[in-house]
Amino acid sequence: MTTIEFFLAGTMSAATVFLLAALGELIAEKSGMLNLGVEGMMAVSAAAGFVATYETGSHLIGFAVAGFAGIIVSLVYATVAITFLANQVATGLAVGILGLGLSALIGRKHESLTVASAGNVHIPMLSDIPLLGPVLFQHNIVVYLTLATAVAIGYCLKYTRLGLAIRSVGENPHAAQALGYSVPLIRYGAVVFGGLFAGFAGAYASTIYTPLWADGMIAGRGWIAVALVVFGTWKTGRIILGAYLFGMVSLGELIAQSLGAAVPSQLLSSLPYIVTIVVLAIISTNAARLKLHAPFALGESYDGSESR
Amino acid sequence: MHIKFERRIEYSKKVLLAVPVITIGLSILVSSILLTILGKSVPLTMYSFFIAPFENFYSITEIFLKFGPLLLIAQALAVGFRAKVWNIGAEGQMIMGAVAASAVPVYLVESTSIFLLPAMLALGALGGMGWAAIAAFLRTRFNANEILVTLMLTSIALQILYYLLLGPWKDPMGFNFPQSVMFQDEALFTPLFQGTRLNTSIIIPILFTIAVWIFMEKRFGGFKLEVGGLAPNAATYAGFSAKGAVWSSLLLAGFAAGLAGMSEVAGPIAQLQRSITSGYGYSAIIVAYLGALHPLGIIFAAFFLAVIQIGGDVALVSADVPISAVHVFQGLLLVFYLATYTFVNYRLRIHRPGVLQSAKVSS
Repeated sequence: MTTIEFFLAGTMSAATVFLLAALGELIAEKSGMLNLGVEGMMAVSAAAGFVATYETGSHLIGFAVAGFAGIIVSLVYATVAITFLANQVATGLAVGILGLGLSALIGRKHESLTVASAGNVHIPMLSDIPLLGPVLFQHNIVVYLTLATAVAIGYCLKYTRLGLAIRSVGENPHAAQALGYSVPLIRYGAVVFGGLFAGFAGAYASTIYTPLWADGMIAGRGWIAVALVVFGTWKTGRIILGAYLFGMVSLGELIAQSLGAAVPSQLLSSLPYIVTIVVLAIISTNAARLKLHAPFALGESYDGSESR
Repeated sequence: MHIKFERRIEYSKKVLLAVPVITIGLSILVSSILLTILGKSVPLTMYSFFIAPFENFYSITEIFLKFGPLLLIAQALAVGFRAKVWNIGAEGQMIMGAVAASAVPVYLVESTSIFLLPAMLALGALGGMGWAAIAAFLRTRFNANEILVTLMLTSIALQILYYLLLGPWKDPMGFNFPQSVMFQDEALFTPLFQGTRLNTSIIIPILFTIAVWIFMEKRFGGFKLEVGGLAPNAATYAGFSAKGAVWSSLLLAGFAAGLAGMSEVAGPIAQLQRSITSGYGYSAIIVAYLGALHPLGIIFAAFFLAVIQIGGDVALVSADVPISAVHVFQGLLLVFYLATYTFVNYRLRIHRPGVLQSAKVSS
């Protein structure tokens, strides 16, 4: 594999972590639930997924356990923010803090251990094409499944009854309730879906992308996923694009090192965070446009009463 | 049968006072279950957490050492949270305060001037405020969400700290450890008692608390508004414009966090190193909420969290409980606080079929 192939292929792999988490958050936010606990959900499931993979040797079991862990943590958020009507921002932060603690607790006996990386699929014929083959067609199956799911989610949100239900709950919960949708039920479902995908993102990060466990390894990627939903203005296509852009940015350190650039490594490590801030500022400048795309009732609790 | 939350006409004062008790009770209950699963002794852990920190004088001074920065940062964050300015990057502002303050002893290694400490105080405050100002500027000028910006800025601040410690500010005699020179005595606060680390910097959080309290009382004539859950929106907050609320909240937090960072490097740590914040910036978020965003409540909450942080260190040795258990406990506190706080503004109504309709009309 040449260097350029290596980086482009690495981008696809790195992007998958962001994309999985951002897709989950997209669904939650579309239903009106701003879940800022993504980082915590990812951390718990990365630990749980790693431990499960390490102990069983099966990546599939690792993903299942991680998905389950993500769901459990998301249910804590859902219970407090939906049933108990607590402030969504504060609840997300609480779940994030809880998740980071739990993650360290779960992974403490596996610190610095590694698992075998999962094998990659080699798509016949296509993977033999020079340059494009290694870059696009020799990845872990999860990379392709994630892309396929992203397309499916985009379609579902736009064209199906379920998508309509999720969107209407996020735009106008009172009207949605009047139409016969159960606002709490749909929001629970959306948040749990977000937990499941944050779980997959965590498992991908700790068992496939970098198959080792180190406390704090999620390192802000959950927060970048939250930012990606804003960058993508709640549109699936743009979120995919954003995830790939950030996949590339997060490899900046490797790229610069291989080019022999004399830049402090700390500057390169900061790059994803700096880019997040810059892109966020650019996207947000047009406040009116951002508001137009954001789910109207995003961040608002729904207690069933007509006026507040 | 149908159970539903119904908004109270007026908030319940009784519930408000019960919230911290129930929160702590539930957190202890759940962590006991977790400890049992981990195979640790629950009574021994609880003893280590809540009683052992008070067993000797040194340990008590250590509680106050942790109490200081938690109190200082939480008081400032609470002012912002009331205005719905979500600064969750106090950790980064604290780092930048510590970095800016450290510039003085790092570059003036030989100096024994009495102005060292005042200069560090000023730079510490400015460092924190400068870092927070980036978020305020991006929020007011570009409408960039301050939650994400302050968080990203924390990650960047950490990288700046690492850069300095591995590069220009590394102690040449430090055996290649990522840390600065040890600061001279003139750059350090004086210990309050011989042989303890608690020092005169404890006066800063106390003065700051009094100032915030007076300011808030004057602006609002008390705290009835917020306690009732009717937090004023940012636009009318304390008579500030929306932009003014963002700027003042963030600058105040930067000021406090910067001073907290300065107090760490000019106090117990006595040099710049990788772990200067001890996570105070994040814990202070919990303190602010647990104290109901009220100056008095925050004093109790800061003390409580300081106790369990010391208790966590004790439990690590006595009951072999991992230090992350303290973080889990803090997370549980905030989760249960938010859930139980709902009962301040809502009551549970149990509707039986048929009664549902009439109840709806009357509300």
